[in-house]
Amino acid sequence: MNANPAYAGYDAQRVWRDFPILARQVHGRPLVFLDSAASSQRPAKVIAAVDNYERLHHANVHRGVHQLSQEATQMFEHARERVRAFVNAASTREVIFTRGTTESINLVAQSYARPRLQRGDEILLTALEHHANIVPWQIVAEQTGAIVKAVPMDRRGVIDAANVAAHMTERTRIVACAHVSNALGTVLPVREIARLAHARGAVVLVDGAQAVPHQRVDCQALECDFYAFSAHKMYGPTGIGVLIGRESLLEAMPPWQGGGDMILTVSFAKTTYNVLPFKFEAGTPNISGAVGMAAAVDYIDSLGIDRIHAHEQSLLELATRKLEAVPGLTIIGTAPDKAAVISFTIDGIHPHDLGTILDAEGVAVRTGHHCAMPVMEFFNVPATARASFACYSRESDIDALVAALARAREVFG
Amino acid sequence: MDLKDLYRDVILDHNKTPRLFGRLEPADSAADGHNPLCGDRLHVTLKLDGDRVSDLRFDGKGCAISVASASLMCEAVKGKRRSEIAHLFNEVHEVLTRHDAPVPEDLGKLAALSGVREFPVRVKCASLCWHTLNAALERSAEPAKTE
Repeated sequence: MNANPAYAGYDAQRVWRDFPILARQVHGRPLVFLDSAASSQRPAKVIAAVDNYERLHHANVHRGVHQLSQEATQMFEHARERVRAFVNAASTREVIFTRGTTESINLVAQSYARPRLQRGDEILLTALEHHANIVPWQIVAEQTGAIVKAVPMDRRGVIDAANVAAHMTERTRIVACAHVSNALGTVLPVREIARLAHARGAVVLVDGAQAVPHQRVDCQALECDFYAFSAHKMYGPTGIGVLIGRESLLEAMPPWQGGGDMILTVSFAKTTYNVLPFKFEAGTPNISGAVGMAAAVDYIDSLGIDRIHAHEQSLLELATRKLEAVPGLTIIGTAPDKAAVISFTIDGIHPHDLGTILDAEGVAVRTGHHCAMPVMEFFNVPATARASFACYSRESDIDALVAALARAREVFG
Repeated sequence: MDLKDLYRDVILDHNKTPRLFGRLEPADSAADGHNPLCGDRLHVTLKLDGDRVSDLRFDGKGCAISVASASLMCEAVKGKRRSEIAHLFNEVHEVLTRHDAPVPEDLGKLAALSGVREFPVRVKCASLCWHTLNAALERSAEPAKTE
């Protein structure tokens, strides 16, 4: 329990008990899971919702007149509405189910950008992007002759809106940036960036994978054109995510993939495409995934996203303080506005060794380049260890991490 | 799983004080090794005297397992013939990957790497230097990979 009024009554231990996997042991020790930025765990309610769908309601969607098909369709479309409301998209026509953030970004790169980009046009990224928000743009640049540029960050890992503005030119067509950096935790000034881009006539895509589970996201207030995120980082299943897109842009975009569900009529002479959002959902979708995603949204709502945010910020502050006191430890990424992600290195111990030793102590952290190799290069480290927090993280998890780091120091003398 | 089995004293010592660390200039052959998963990078230079590796050095950045393995490897193969090196590589590979493989007596200090097999995700760390050495021996211009 915490006295902070922002999340009075938030009982992390009780939340922790909602996640069955967290009670297991690893190498004979209680699991301390600090890798939620890679993929979060699922509460029993999400597992049960998927199970219930599979046991009682499954059939293909948008196809049959039989009862099960109607139930499955209703649950799938209900999930779309739940997700819409959660991020305040303008309508369910703007909510496209994808396999995840990566697929959402590829969809925009291929369906929005590719037909429009001319040789010499510019795609503006930032220096802290995940590979998923770099490589799709490099591919479309290769296809069209467009140029990929990146706004640099400062030594804290901050991307300054003024710096973004300075890197825009009359050839900038697309600005693509993370809402929250997965490697550094930096929160980006997305709305300012969107306004700057729009003033230049560019469209904005935001990779929200690391933001949606941790802070209130209002897609309309952010004023971005595309917003992408994944269920599995927000206590939902893997293999399902969402692209939120401005309806007028989606309407003008050609389908990305062809198949069933995305058509109205097909003849060998001509095919008429379906309306939004179905135009972008070729083939049988991940129905149970969508049901699980909706259950994850329900779960987050039951805790309250603002209370989760306050809880995680309090853990971030505590963990930062405790880690800074560890001899030889350097925190990589010190932006004033950060999500609850701490990347760090320890003098004389390679992150990979650290990962193994922590694992032996039951503490799961991510080690490596975090799919952000340009970030590692900028900070001149081959890799970092990263502890990331979620709604179920407890203060005792931080103590376990610090104790495991002391053990690593022991092993390495 | 016992950490002491992975981080034996020999490994920690060779990580802290790598032997044959640096670069030979001029060298008869050289190769780069890169493990993209953890960012480890190694560079191996060597001198050949006929069929023999008369001298070699390694440098680079990596975890304790990859640095110690490279250091132990350099000590073990210096002065050896290609065929002897190939034989050693096979033995090391067996010891790293086969859970029940006996540790051959002629492995010497390299036997300290046998604990790695209890940690499958770390096998690539230990084998990177051997792939890099092989690449140098084949005078391959392409960087060696563990993938």
